[in-house]
Amino acid sequence: MFPSRFDLVVAQSVGEAVEAKADVGEGGRFLAGGQSLIPMMKMRVAFPETLIDINRIAGLDAVERSNGHLHVGALVRHADVAASDAAFGAIAAAAPWVADPLVRNRGTMCGSVAHCDPEGDWNSVLLATGAAVIAQSPGGQRAIPIAEFVQGAFTSALAEDELVTGLRIPVPSGRFGGSYLKLERKIGDYATVAVASHLELDDSGAIAAAGLALTSVNPVNTKVVDAEAVLVGQQPSPEVFAEAAELAAAAAEPRDDVRGTAAWKRQVVRTYAKRGLAAAAQQAEGS
Amino acid sequence: MEVTITINGSDHAGDVEPRTLLVDHIRRTVGLTGTHIGCDTTSCGACTVLMDGKPVKSCTVLAAQADGSAVTTVEGLKTAEGLHPIQSAFTDDHGLQCGFCTPGMMLVGASLIAENPDPSDDEVRWAISGNLCRCTGYINIVKAIRTAAARAAESSGGS
Repeated sequence: MFPSRFDLVVAQSVGEAVEAKADVGEGGRFLAGGQSLIPMMKMRVAFPETLIDINRIAGLDAVERSNGHLHVGALVRHADVAASDAAFGAIAAAAPWVADPLVRNRGTMCGSVAHCDPEGDWNSVLLATGAAVIAQSPGGQRAIPIAEFVQGAFTSALAEDELVTGLRIPVPSGRFGGSYLKLERKIGDYATVAVASHLELDDSGAIAAAGLALTSVNPVNTKVVDAEAVLVGQQPSPEVFAEAAELAAAAAEPRDDVRGTAAWKRQVVRTYAKRGLAAAAQQAEGS
Repeated sequence: MEVTITINGSDHAGDVEPRTLLVDHIRRTVGLTGTHIGCDTTSCGACTVLMDGKPVKSCTVLAAQADGSAVTTVEGLKTAEGLHPIQSAFTDDHGLQCGFCTPGMMLVGASLIAENPDPSDDEVRWAISGNLCRCTGYINIVKAIRTAAARAAESSGGS
């Protein structure tokens, strides 16, 4: 299989890339790792007229902490995140479970976020930890909160002329922990169910902030806001995690498919939410 | 567009259509058919090559994206001294049956050993988890990669 014909623009700078995109409009697509886009093009699900390759742009490949944030550039591959000492909590936990080792060597975290595949892992992780997506257009730069960025299946808040140049993820100042529990039939498959958990503790050991988000059980990655709300202010305990897990199970709208029945997937959500929150709390208490 | 890709140490310059996939460029233009096309959907790893030392699925990389890169295919494993340790270990440990996945498995194995000279069974299994074999049940592939690691360590004077 091979893609339909397209023009290739190899951009040398962010400015050049976004100008090129503005010129070609909706017929243009940015190419980073290409691990979703190229298969879609080969299957003729996507047929851009112009691809704007951003892989040659310098300065987009860093994953590092500064000013209380984890910054992830647009060319940081999943494998780079997995290998990074700067990654933390749910992010560090999820990185080795994205796709397979070879895809992780090419695919980028920012590309996955921008792609907004509802069964993708990263958007759940970022909905749990909080993040801003940095978008650049010829007119300037803006930071889009992840909850606003993820609008639906394959639909983000990006404007036609905007390129995701990076992610900015807050690193909690106190004690914190996170997890990403993913059930998959085989390495490289989409999640049957996955749950991202993130907890921050205050000086008394109570939960100061909580994040809980679900993959593959809703039409889009879902932040379980009511579960997060019941966690905040509580001391970590099996009982409070069970209460949050019930709310997570209630928020899931899984469907029967080849990966399992809806009822079973909802039960996995319940179990993984309990386990994931407990793991996050244990990590936070040891931090 | 004009691309120059260093494949197994030799520069290959040529004009490629933007939509040319790296695997097709390697097989059809350069004529190295050891890199296989299996699923053609980024699943099986039969098309694995090392791009700047890292294993990637060459059915999901544009040839144009490899411009300026150093690519190693299975044909690049052997040296003037003979087979690469991974190749002799696959032979000795029966790490293959039909052989279709073998180029990818050996390249992933070679790349793993370069980074981790003494991988455990679990580490080998994790490393090859993006490569499918439908014959062997993987047991002898894991064994062969560990044998290759042990032999490479011996020949380099390591433990």
